[in-house]
Amino acid sequence: MTWVGASVPRKEDQRMLLGRGRFTGDINRGAALHAAFARSPHAAASLGPIDLSQALAAPGVVAACTAADLGDPALLAVLERPEFVPTRLPLLAIGQVRHVGEPVAVVVAGDPYTAEDAAELVAVDYTAQPAVASLDGARAPGARPVHDGPAGNCLVDLTMFDDDRLPGIFATAPVLVGGRLRSGRLAALPLEGRACLAEWDERDGQLVMHVSTQVPHQVRSGVAQALSLAERQIRVIAPDVGGGFGLKCVVGREELVVAAMALRLRRPVRWVEDRQENLTASFHGHEQCYDVRAAFDADGRILGLAADIDCDVGAYSAFPFTCGVEPLMAATELPGIYKVPAYRARGRAIASNKAPTAPYRGVSRPQLVLVMERLMEKAARQLGLDPLTVRRRNMISPGEFPYTGVNGITYDEGSYAESLDRAEKQVAEAGWAAERDRLRGQGLRAGIGYSCFSERTAYGTPVMSLRRMRMTPGYDTASVRMDPSGEVIVTTGTCGHGQGHETTFAQIVADRLGIDPGQVRLREGDTDLASYGWGTWGSRSIVIGGSAASRAAEQVAAQLRAVAAHLLEASAADIELAAGTARVRGDASAALPISELARIVHFQTHRVPEPLRYGLEARSSFDPPGTFSNGCHAAMVSIDVGTCEIRLRRYLVVEDCGVVINPMIVDGQVRGGVAQGVAAALLEQVRYDAQGQPGSATLMDYLAPTAAELCPIEITHLETPSAHSETGAKGMGEGGTIGAPAAVLNAVNDALAGTGTSFDHIPVLPSDIHAALTGAARGEGGTA
Amino acid sequence: MKDIHLIRLRVNGREHELAVEARRTLADMLRDDLGYTGTHLGCEHGICGACTVLVDGAPARSCLMFGVQADGAEISTVEGLADGEQLSDLQQSFSDRHGLQCGFCTPGFLMLAEGYLAEDRPGAAGAEPAEAEIRELVAANLCRCTGYQGIVEAVLATARSRRQRAAGAQEPR
Repeated sequence: MTWVGASVPRKEDQRMLLGRGRFTGDINRGAALHAAFARSPHAAASLGPIDLSQALAAPGVVAACTAADLGDPALLAVLERPEFVPTRLPLLAIGQVRHVGEPVAVVVAGDPYTAEDAAELVAVDYTAQPAVASLDGARAPGARPVHDGPAGNCLVDLTMFDDDRLPGIFATAPVLVGGRLRSGRLAALPLEGRACLAEWDERDGQLVMHVSTQVPHQVRSGVAQALSLAERQIRVIAPDVGGGFGLKCVVGREELVVAAMALRLRRPVRWVEDRQENLTASFHGHEQCYDVRAAFDADGRILGLAADIDCDVGAYSAFPFTCGVEPLMAATELPGIYKVPAYRARGRAIASNKAPTAPYRGVSRPQLVLVMERLMEKAARQLGLDPLTVRRRNMISPGEFPYTGVNGITYDEGSYAESLDRAEKQVAEAGWAAERDRLRGQGLRAGIGYSCFSERTAYGTPVMSLRRMRMTPGYDTASVRMDPSGEVIVTTGTCGHGQGHETTFAQIVADRLGIDPGQVRLREGDTDLASYGWGTWGSRSIVIGGSAASRAAEQVAAQLRAVAAHLLEASAADIELAAGTARVRGDASAALPISELARIVHFQTHRVPEPLRYGLEARSSFDPPGTFSNGCHAAMVSIDVGTCEIRLRRYLVVEDCGVVINPMIVDGQVRGGVAQGVAAALLEQVRYDAQGQPGSATLMDYLAPTAAELCPIEITHLETPSAHSETGAKGMGEGGTIGAPAAVLNAVNDALAGTGTSFDHIPVLPSDIHAALTGAARGEGGTA
Repeated sequence: MKDIHLIRLRVNGREHELAVEARRTLADMLRDDLGYTGTHLGCEHGICGACTVLVDGAPARSCLMFGVQADGAEISTVEGLADGEQLSDLQQSFSDRHGLQCGFCTPGFLMLAEGYLAEDRPGAAGAEPAEAEIRELVAANLCRCTGYQGIVEAVLATARSRRQRAAGAQEPR
């Protein structure tokens, strides 16, 4: 029996359910000061003098600063490529503001009410400028530059895999499909916004920061860079973190300003973001536009694919990923699970006067899956073929793995065909088609849609280095140390924030050591405890951190076997560790509790030979090339023709993330991901008007899904073990979000069959449905 | 000039007397003045429900109430649900059915559900609440991690077991 594979109850639950979680805002510092920010009300403006005198005069205010007061600190995220234009990110604006909500000054007071009141007293002399508020506006000839320098507001322009056969292919192919496909701007919307508590520790000569982050080490590096400190002078601790979804895998300006103020005042300073700041002034993602052409032969096999991909990245490059993360991923990974023989893609990052972007869950994969799945549907329609047949003819098939695509990516073993087969079978067995027909009989429109996809997970430096980031992420390091009572502390550079790492890492380590997961404690999210690591994002933690922990635990297990072999006068090769006991295989009487081995190594270390003395501990790193999870989603929707409301009726997921460490936790990740993907397809959109004013600054306007907009999500697991992790696990944090938009959009289009309209954008809103049902939207779906 | 009021209230059965500024929200008062940090703030405009507490037994958004409005009230927060370290049936059900991930919204859902369960009166003894009824209840609050399925299942299971217990207790002996 192994702990891996079992739905072990989560260690995290008890404290959360008791109300004893410790989030950054919950940490009690009686004397803490509170920061509030004066923010730009303009999308674009030049910045004249800033008058802090009224704010400083307000009772209870301790300090107020502008960029000039702080020495104009900034962050710079860099791709070392000629096609990249770096944009300096000032912690507080100086000379120019580039989006509504950009911080201009900070006010620190004894309580948050006073600080917020005083921030409104900061007087700023703005001269408003015309805003660049849309992708079309930013790309237009003569568009006002958001930053001095780049033409057309283009910060990254990369043409990849250009194939000179493509013009010929497009000229002669029997079927051409394509069009313009777009996805709306999204907010990651963790329920806990960003938060930071910074205090100077005189004894350790250290700035100690509690930050609601996914990447404590990168926050430390960011503080070091912006404030010219050595990294050892900063300790970043992520306490309990209330969700992240990518918004917290970049470093925020406000956290660094708070650090600067704590340094300056030598007093604890806290800032807790409110929801309006979170929706308007943190980070967005996913606003993308694809102009795509694809050629198919008469059997529905794809012959060539060309795409021009533009991402509206907002006003700045976020640290450390840069604004290249969306266009580079999109241009590299667009072909996905399909065998595309000829490919060209141009990916661009376009600046605008909007909040900057971070790698929100899925990054560009929800969009590129949407594009490929729409192309398959369009080709099938033109050819009069079953869309699932067209997918099967094009997908990488059993026997073809590992498959190296036209994009240079090698896809490790997956269950692409099997997952589609299983989904189709389950849809049939559960009677979805009959249910759809029944709904149609009731006067509703109803449709079923599929999406097939894989997702590259656990990008290590072998892959990340191709992006040429100045700070190239990817590896992680774990230490495993057994104490004299036989219990274990594991440290890693990962940083869970809801994924249940404390439980799953304990399962992995417990198996290696033959002990109970209850005896294993994971300590992550603390830069003083763990070796430099890259946090939790990109579906990386269980593959990279988990493999590093597994390797380190295996070294400690070898130490335990050697100690037991010495004490039991046996060969180490004959010792097995299980159920808390080291025993000699085949000899029931020769056994010692593992806790006794730990006691002897520490308290009577003279009883073991020299190489086994002085402790039981090991350290190991892991740095994989990445490994592909895959899945197939199916969705059924209905549309009320009177109200144009779209309702999700049924949802199923067949997913393969290799060896499942904890099925309960995997299912939870899938369901939460699907909820976000469904919302991206039907509800959520960050809106700006033509002046760059945000129109979605509250949760009344930004529609996160409630339980009423979702339905139960059925999940089936397939297990194709990964060769690129110690446990056989693949990453799986993003698949739900990646697969859902395409399945839902295809279902909506199926429901609209016969109207002459199909949609190629998300979110599809009731207003779109109204246009479709009244004929006003005819032709939107591009070719076919 | 600060407008300070002296108020008294009970939180989880414990008496508190404090001076509070008129504009201070109940949520901030509970968290920062009285130390009940289990109650979380997710939006501060009444949508997400993370700050839900029971005020005289009924769920309320503590971000939309002023502390002074709780003068004389009986407040229940997440800290009062368990018996020491022993989770309540509702809390245990959330863990069993994976009704929480990051845990930030969880106190609000627990108090929302507890308010519902406390006044849940089965029409017929042992009758089961419908999934749709619980889903509608759960739709009062936002969770960004779970997709709500575990939350709906946890509340449903607790409602069923409490109704069964109530029905059992009513049977003639």
